[in-house]
Amino acid sequence: MRKDRAFKIILLLLGLLIIILLSGIFLSLVFSSIPSIKEFGINFLFSKTWSPVNNKFGALPFIIGTLLTATLSLLISIPFSLSISIFLSEILKNKFISKIFQTFVELIAGIPSVIVGLWGLFILAPVIRNIQTKIGVQPIGVGIFTASIILSIMIIPYSASIGKEVISMVPNEVKEGAISLGATEFETLKIVTLPFSFKGIFAGFLLSFGRAFGETMAVTMVIGNANRVPVSIFSPGQTMASLIANEFTEATTKLYTSSLIQIGLILFVISMLINILGRLIIRRFTF
Amino acid sequence: MKKFLLSLILLGLIFSLFTFYGCKSGEEKKVELLGAGATFPQPLYNKWFDIYYTKTGSKVKVNYQGIGSGGGIQQLMERVVDFGATDAFMSDEELKNALAEIIHIPTALGAVVITYNLPENPKLKFSGELIADIFMGKITKWNDSRIKELNPDINLPDLDITVAHRSDGSGTTYVFSDYLTKVSITWKNEMGTGKSLDWKVGLGGKGNAGVAGIVQQTVGAIGYVELIYSEQNNMQYGLIKNKKGNFIEPNLNSISKAASVAIPKDTRVSIVNTDNPEGYPISSFTWIIVYKEQNYGGRDIDRAKALVKLLKWINSEAQDYNEQLLYAKIPDNVKKINEENINSITFSGKPIE
Amino acid sequence: MKKDNIKKRVFNDKLYRTFVSLFSFLSIIPLFLIVYFVLIRGIKYINLKFIFSMPKPMGEVGGGIFNAIIGSFIIVGISALISIPIGILVGVFLSEYKEKKYVEIIKILVDTLQGIPSIVIGIIAYLWIVKPLRHFSALSGSIALSFIMLPLVIKATEEILNLIPVEIKEAAYALGAPYHRIVLKILLPSASVGILTGILIGISRIMGETAPLLFTAFGNQFLNLNILKPMSTIPYLIYVYATSPYIEWHNQAFAASTILIIIVLSINLFGRFVEKKWKM
Repeated sequence: MRKDRAFKIILLLLGLLIIILLSGIFLSLVFSSIPSIKEFGINFLFSKTWSPVNNKFGALPFIIGTLLTATLSLLISIPFSLSISIFLSEILKNKFISKIFQTFVELIAGIPSVIVGLWGLFILAPVIRNIQTKIGVQPIGVGIFTASIILSIMIIPYSASIGKEVISMVPNEVKEGAISLGATEFETLKIVTLPFSFKGIFAGFLLSFGRAFGETMAVTMVIGNANRVPVSIFSPGQTMASLIANEFTEATTKLYTSSLIQIGLILFVISMLINILGRLIIRRFTF
Repeated sequence: MKKFLLSLILLGLIFSLFTFYGCKSGEEKKVELLGAGATFPQPLYNKWFDIYYTKTGSKVKVNYQGIGSGGGIQQLMERVVDFGATDAFMSDEELKNALAEIIHIPTALGAVVITYNLPENPKLKFSGELIADIFMGKITKWNDSRIKELNPDINLPDLDITVAHRSDGSGTTYVFSDYLTKVSITWKNEMGTGKSLDWKVGLGGKGNAGVAGIVQQTVGAIGYVELIYSEQNNMQYGLIKNKKGNFIEPNLNSISKAASVAIPKDTRVSIVNTDNPEGYPISSFTWIIVYKEQNYGGRDIDRAKALVKLLKWINSEAQDYNEQLLYAKIPDNVKKINEENINSITFSGKPIE
Repeated sequence: MKKDNIKKRVFNDKLYRTFVSLFSFLSIIPLFLIVYFVLIRGIKYINLKFIFSMPKPMGEVGGGIFNAIIGSFIIVGISALISIPIGILVGVFLSEYKEKKYVEIIKILVDTLQGIPSIVIGIIAYLWIVKPLRHFSALSGSIALSFIMLPLVIKATEEILNLIPVEIKEAAYALGAPYHRIVLKILLPSASVGILTGILIGISRIMGETAPLLFTAFGNQFLNLNILKPMSTIPYLIYVYATSPYIEWHNQAFAASTILIIIVLSINLFGRFVEKKWKM
């Protein structure tokens, strides 16, 4: 029985390891951010200047860049991911085909980010450039808009699969009730299924927003890497993640490194909040 | 399950063998040196270290990663590399912040060229003020009268200018902005000199390669890169008006001319905006930076020896490869200073060999 | 009037079906577009020489990506060795103690770990491993990647274990088997296929990760087998080559992407296949 005790202790310790790991990550980020927090305080979030020359750092352009790309990509992805959720759970009755279709959708999420970026840079950007020439915008091809399209492709599978799960969880009796009252499938969806699964679908959107928020490589390759507040959706920009990818290895002063780590801290905290909130909603939904 | 576990263990064994092999080969005097920094001389360094690997009988691998001069300085200060590389010499303040004395060794001379992507690929002429205004976003069209003024015979298109600049801390940016600061008051006041700048317009690319990549893909784009990057990719670049009023083509001759100045003992010198009538105005040395005292962070004497040997090779034979990649050789007076500096490198206070 | 209403309702229903089906099909088109364009631009440059030779200096024609292929396998392999045993045991812990309050918290933390942007994990690996060891290293890259793989293994294990009927465990208990034997000899073997799926999906995920390697495994133009030294990986090489101006490197980036996409998608599909087999 001594072995049993040892085994249980090992299990418990490994469980604790997760807690230690996460608090370790959080504390490391906080400690390394202290110089920048001390220097800039809350202004860090609202200052537009990111100037390694003058050792002045503000995160506003990147916060805006991140929010803009993540929101835009979410908006683009909603009609698609919602359609897939409904298609898989309500329309496609053939299980086999449905499984195959779902595998395709999930494979999109399996393509490495850097390959999506490569595709975005060499295939999508020239297309965007043509469109920009036609509508009279400076034809740079890369920028916020291109990044948002790339991101929306990457996040569709997430909200789609969560949406499918929650829609399939709507009890059949309820739906059948509506149909027996003479409602069409569309009306059943509108009146019964969607309101019933709304929270879960919302959580799916939230989680895929979080995904778009922290995505790095594909975005870095197509966003244009300009450390300014974007003035239009075709402007080049920078997200918090792409900024770190670009500048982390060469930050020459302590304050510079610390500012970059503070941006990492903001990313960490926000994605953590989004994740916890999303999972809580889904968990409550499933119980 | 058993099979599964077995295969896992097997996998583990294979990998640990790899590691073991790796360590063991270390003991056989095979050395791997790690350098990081400037992308300005990267094509040259890649070539050198490829040759050096063969030359040493596959004994010395020099892994060089182009992460930008800012990165080269930073990673040397963090002591995670054996040498850094930069084309912006370290400032007095940076040297003061370093944990120990750092020496600069110039390895080659290069030129920052103004490269662009225009239909029909015309050869354009630029002046310093014009470049400054373009890169500050004050001139936004290719057919702007100020560009026409210098290039009256060329049919310039009605096209937006897309500026391409560096997104990483860069010695190329430093050299470029150092030059513009010297020739344009507006640039001096609004942009200044530095490895990273507060750009008002344009797209950022990582490394010289990243900037060249943007220019190559975007019609109407203009950027600044080391000569070899535009040359290797058949990209057009402009002539630049120097201090004496001549429009100069960047080439080995005009770069070397710019370097004919007095060189201080620590070799930290800027050669932009040269007085030489034939000199190309945006030329620069590029440096390798190392700690003078090599016994740090658990390094052994073999590493230090390998590094010193490499530096000596760079300062002599390696120079013969410079010109095929369009970098000018180090002038003899600088070679001499380098020799003294390399010989001053110590391990635990004693000179190496 | 009423007839019109019904017509309109039926029309709406049809419209909805068309709309939903159309958008669903549209959204898998990018998958084919990406795979198609990468393959047609990449496949013609793939040959034995490309796979088995080393990169040429910048701007020169030819050369291959052998160092990156080996590097990717070593880094991912070590990362798997770290995250598989820990992940399985944490999964056992979460499923065995699921009635405890603090386990609920740990579960949320595992979800959180999964949601951390990969670039932040890169920062952490730099702060925890690269800086103290004073060297960029393949090992630091492996550790960064195992932070990403760990939650995937944990969740796969936990979910599968939760599906195993309690009776099996109770029967074993009744026979007087010690706890650790029940877990190791009965629970885990019966869950092994499900766990394997989790592992395979995890490996296919980290095989393509780039961001955490930028400032950990760094890169290396030589072949390196020492995990305490920098190493090149396929995704890192794709990133560097893609953003360069060299046509030769662009082609090689597409070729490397073709290789990576084939590896990643086949591991991924194999994982799904295993899972399906098991569920039947």
